[in-house]
Amino acid sequence: MKRLRRGILLLALGVAALLFLFPTVLTVVNSFLSEGEIQQTYGAALGDRTTEYMAQTVVPKLIPDQVSAQQYQTFLVESPEDLGKFWNSVLYVVPITLLQTAVAALAAYGFSRYNGKVRSAIFFFYVALMLMPYQVTLVPNYLVSKWLGIYDTGWAICLPGIFSPFGVYLLTRYMRRIPKAFVEAAQLDGAGEWKIFTRIYLPQCKSALYAVGLLVFFDYWNMVEQPMVLLESEEKFPLSLYLSTINQNQVGVAFAAAVIYFIPCLLLFLHGEQYLEESAAAGGIK
Amino acid sequence: MKKTPTSRRLRRNTMLFVTPSLLGVAVFFVVPFVVVIRYAVTTRPVNGEFAGLENFRALLHNYAFQLAAKNTAILCLTAVPLAVGLSLGLALLLEREIPLRSHLRTAFLSPLMVPVASVVLLWQVLFHQNGVINAFLTGWGLDPVDFFHSDWSRGMVLLLYLWKNLGYNMVLFTAGLAAVPKDLLDMAELEGASSLRKFFSIQLHYLGPTILFVTVLSFISAMKIFREVYLLTGAYPYESLYLLQHFMNNTFASMDYQKLCAAAILLALAVSVIIAVLFRVERRLGKDVENL
Repeated sequence: MKRLRRGILLLALGVAALLFLFPTVLTVVNSFLSEGEIQQTYGAALGDRTTEYMAQTVVPKLIPDQVSAQQYQTFLVESPEDLGKFWNSVLYVVPITLLQTAVAALAAYGFSRYNGKVRSAIFFFYVALMLMPYQVTLVPNYLVSKWLGIYDTGWAICLPGIFSPFGVYLLTRYMRRIPKAFVEAAQLDGAGEWKIFTRIYLPQCKSALYAVGLLVFFDYWNMVEQPMVLLESEEKFPLSLYLSTINQNQVGVAFAAAVIYFIPCLLLFLHGEQYLEESAAAGGIK
Repeated sequence: MKKTPTSRRLRRNTMLFVTPSLLGVAVFFVVPFVVVIRYAVTTRPVNGEFAGLENFRALLHNYAFQLAAKNTAILCLTAVPLAVGLSLGLALLLEREIPLRSHLRTAFLSPLMVPVASVVLLWQVLFHQNGVINAFLTGWGLDPVDFFHSDWSRGMVLLLYLWKNLGYNMVLFTAGLAAVPKDLLDMAELEGASSLRKFFSIQLHYLGPTILFVTVLSFISAMKIFREVYLLTGAYPYESLYLLQHFMNNTFASMDYQKLCAAAILLALAVSVIIAVLFRVERRLGKDVENL
């Protein structure tokens, strides 16, 4: 009886896990369909149904009729402007990720080492700001970018991103758990704040720093609202915003575009998953 | 705390670390928000007269705003508790000794990395009028469902949200569960306690801070699900999908700054109340605010 229950549980979990993986697998497999096959298979759901040969309903293909790199060819070689959007994304997201993590690590150190009235009020404010949907800060961001003359440039995207309080919150939560004894020992050896920060806190937080970097990267790699509000010229759009128009107009390359857009995330995820779990573990211990 | 010279020095020196972040936040969020408040209480952006709370009154009577506020509240009130509960359940199930455990965890975590545009593409393929799910339904002789233009749309978005966010929540809970003292659980096991009993009498007590943390993160992700909804359905979706973010984006596009700023302030107030409550709960649980 117990074994039967375990079997059922395992089966249910397995099916659920496959459902969670299914969209990813489907995207990757379908990126190797030829554009014609994509049109034929998914046209009914994605494009407007103009051609006769399109299927009435969509039955997803997990095995292509014919493996083809045509989508990749079209996306990578024949439409340089699409690839430009990819580099835009990289250009915005990499600095945001690195600098937000750096600024946040500094601030988190300040918040975790000392906690007076003023500082806990500031921290409360940070948490509040972090929970605001982007639309609350939409007008402030827009106004500032006009004042500083950076509207419609990458700076308008990057600068607010760098100072977003998300990383501060996560790292503070983590740093507050670093035992005070470490600090006291270092102080006995005459270490100043900077030394405690670089020699004790940063090494202790390695997995948390990595996890924050990953989460920030995933977040900004997917940004939609910021470029919509802060950029005007389409050639400056990141891929995240631009892809949604590809989905509508160039169904034939949509899956390949999605995969290319997906690869940096996949690599980072495979590389960083252990840090996500590690940092969660350490963060959970009181 | 007594202000000894050492503690004053500590305060000053550690404040230096906060300064870069604080300057950035001030320039990009706080200072411009003062302008937002000014817009909200005047009649026009330029040369406007003081209007008191008129903009707020107009906003609260605006049908689109009411609809958007209602939908957003419904989304948060269903999505956040479900995300917390289901991911905790998943973490508990994956605590057990089962084969392929770490692979299962990776599978559940994988949607975290799937970019928004791919998600949107897939959801269209799955939920479109002629999509995969409807093909199944009609195959079984059922009526197709128009997921984008009916009340099913809420369920569709909820599914999307859970699919995307359960994994990371689960990881956090797994970590929280790992911190529960093992000997307590072993003892309970010896006494013949059921898993349910063990959960409510032991594990739950240790999970307080994690539950709160996961709630905060789930709330943030609930606000971000707008991206997917927007890319799936555009600026004017079916009524039950019309969120506050749609309302504010559209108001921004029509340059009605008075209305938009009033809405931003109301939303900021609502969020502040929610956090104040969460911090209070945290303190009530006997933990200090610092660990939220």
